[in-house]
Amino acid sequence: MKKFKELSSIAIPFMRSNVDTDAIIPSREIKGVSKTGLSDGLFANWRYKNVEKREIDSSFIFNKERFTNAEILISGVNFGCGSSREHAVWALKEWGIRSILAISFGSIFFGNCVRNGILPITLSEEVIKEFISIAEDETSLNFFRIDLTTKSIFSPDNAEYNFDIIDSYADMLIEGLDPIGLTLKNKDEIDKFQREDVQKRPWVYI
Amino acid sequence: MQKTLFSKLWNQHEVLKQGSGMSLLYIDRIFLHERTGSVSLKELELKGRKIKNPEQVFCTMDHIVDTLPGRDDNTIMPSGRDFIVSTRDAANKAGINLFDIGNDKQGIVHVISAEQGITLPGLTQVCPDSHTCTLGALGALAWGIGSSEGEHALATKTLSVKRPKLMRVRFEGKLNQGVTSKDMILYLIGKYSASGGVGHAIEFSGDTINALEQESRFTLCNMAVEFGCFTGLIAPDQKTFDFVYDRPFAPKERDFENALVFWKKLYSDDDAVYDKEIFVKSNDINPQVSWGTSPGHVIDINGFIPNPDEISDLSLRSSCLKAIDYMDLKPGQRMDSISIDAAFIGSCTNSRISDLRDVAKLVKGRKVSSGIKAIIVPGSTQIKHQSESEGLDIIFKEAGFEWRESGCSMCFYVGGESFKNGSRVVSSTNRNFENRQGPGIKTHLASPITVAASAIKGKITDVRKI
Repeated sequence: MKKFKELSSIAIPFMRSNVDTDAIIPSREIKGVSKTGLSDGLFANWRYKNVEKREIDSSFIFNKERFTNAEILISGVNFGCGSSREHAVWALKEWGIRSILAISFGSIFFGNCVRNGILPITLSEEVIKEFISIAEDETSLNFFRIDLTTKSIFSPDNAEYNFDIIDSYADMLIEGLDPIGLTLKNKDEIDKFQREDVQKRPWVYI
Repeated sequence: MQKTLFSKLWNQHEVLKQGSGMSLLYIDRIFLHERTGSVSLKELELKGRKIKNPEQVFCTMDHIVDTLPGRDDNTIMPSGRDFIVSTRDAANKAGINLFDIGNDKQGIVHVISAEQGITLPGLTQVCPDSHTCTLGALGALAWGIGSSEGEHALATKTLSVKRPKLMRVRFEGKLNQGVTSKDMILYLIGKYSASGGVGHAIEFSGDTINALEQESRFTLCNMAVEFGCFTGLIAPDQKTFDFVYDRPFAPKERDFENALVFWKKLYSDDDAVYDKEIFVKSNDINPQVSWGTSPGHVIDINGFIPNPDEISDLSLRSSCLKAIDYMDLKPGQRMDSISIDAAFIGSCTNSRISDLRDVAKLVKGRKVSSGIKAIIVPGSTQIKHQSESEGLDIIFKEAGFEWRESGCSMCFYVGGESFKNGSRVVSSTNRNFENRQGPGIKTHLASPITVAASAIKGKITDVRKI
């Protein structure tokens, strides 16, 4: 997994509530048993006037030239709610997004981000609204800087904002660790738990 | 200290505390399906990792497989066959339990997991599918995960999980005529919004819940995820134990008796403390129908489409405007005046035998309004067989409904079968997102009996007036 320490990028102001994973990657855009080849289908129903013909809707924010290289996305409440499809994260990642700032997240989506090197950051409504208005200002290229090691975000005028993320998630992102490998270090504890559990709850074991 | 059902389940499965509210939890059962599970299996194989206990892992074909009679590996969805074939190959290679097309245990993952006795009270269960919370209705800690977490659970039989806060929702009182558990959960989400449960696991309790049959409880927990919750839970009772008894994978004889002793301790103590509490007077609930594009966009069947001008919060107003526009409705329009093009009964929310019996009672001797495409998809092959042995399929077909093979079907559009572009569909499913059921499809979520009544009248209809 690609390591995440610092990121400096222009941010996409996408102030919507309850953006669901069906919207992020519609089912019909998941065309194979694969984690790749998904960015073309990202927000397909919003990005294209005609989905079949891939006719671009230039008014949709992801299609604006200004945001072509954006790696930060700012959104509202319950971002990534709905279906558990990890394809939503894979599509965003392939498109170039590396961090998402929102008021709250769908819980499965949040976990999927961390597992794929995308940093999800929960911020207050007040801060999100402030960031949105900065990002909406098209008079200059406004870069936000995120430093995961100090858990801080710097707005374009260099004001510092702190955020919170569970240490183990931060470590996983910073070090690009493999969570399965990490858990397998506890193999002895897991096996011991299982041995005891077989005695306690034999009826569980098929 | 008094304990909640949730904390009992959590503690019983905690292998390690990992700090910051994280725990390594032991996972009893893993279920996969051909859309998201296939990726987990493929990745494990690529990385050369083994499944720790394949005998406790199950897989079904439900999401992509067609539901038309005579189906096989080929699907209307162009690349569907790849999902089916690669899932089958990977499942066979891994030695997990597979309920393939043609197997009489096949069906929608969360329906068959309970039906086959795979989920039991007190277990932990995960599946790369958000509606895994359905199984909380058995008193199991069950939640949806991503495919990578699926890999993790398969390889280690554990998952690192951040302990959510706990919310109790108490429903008290008798339900009105024509009101089902689907209306209860829609009412809750409508009142407290689609993000009302974010960060929480939710325990449903109260005398209304106690009075619900087991199958209706699944519907309630199924949509906990639409409320933004980590999962939903209901303490198991005698109805639950009777439901589980003698199911194919459930413990038998002495094992069952021993399990029962354990299961009877799975309840929240009287003075247990919750992070948040909601109280609902069940008598206040009328049949509910969604009007917009979020499961929080719900009103009474006798209600009116909201007026965005009356909403002061800017972001809520704009989402309301957008939804009304997508749904092609007008503020102030009566819900029960809206004409429909199609009716769909199925999905992990409402496709069980009790749902189908209720629908059959209503549509017997009646006809679907002309020009309405009406479809019933049983939740499992077993439910299909049971319905047919009771003659329900004849009633449905005589009324003008299509009768299908079991699967998720048109709960969502995978690129194959759909309703006609832009159709207005009243649906017993769980999500009314834009384009969820197909290009331009306008979904109105409702209970199966409301869907049936609406199919007969050709417009959204109060089941009590039919």
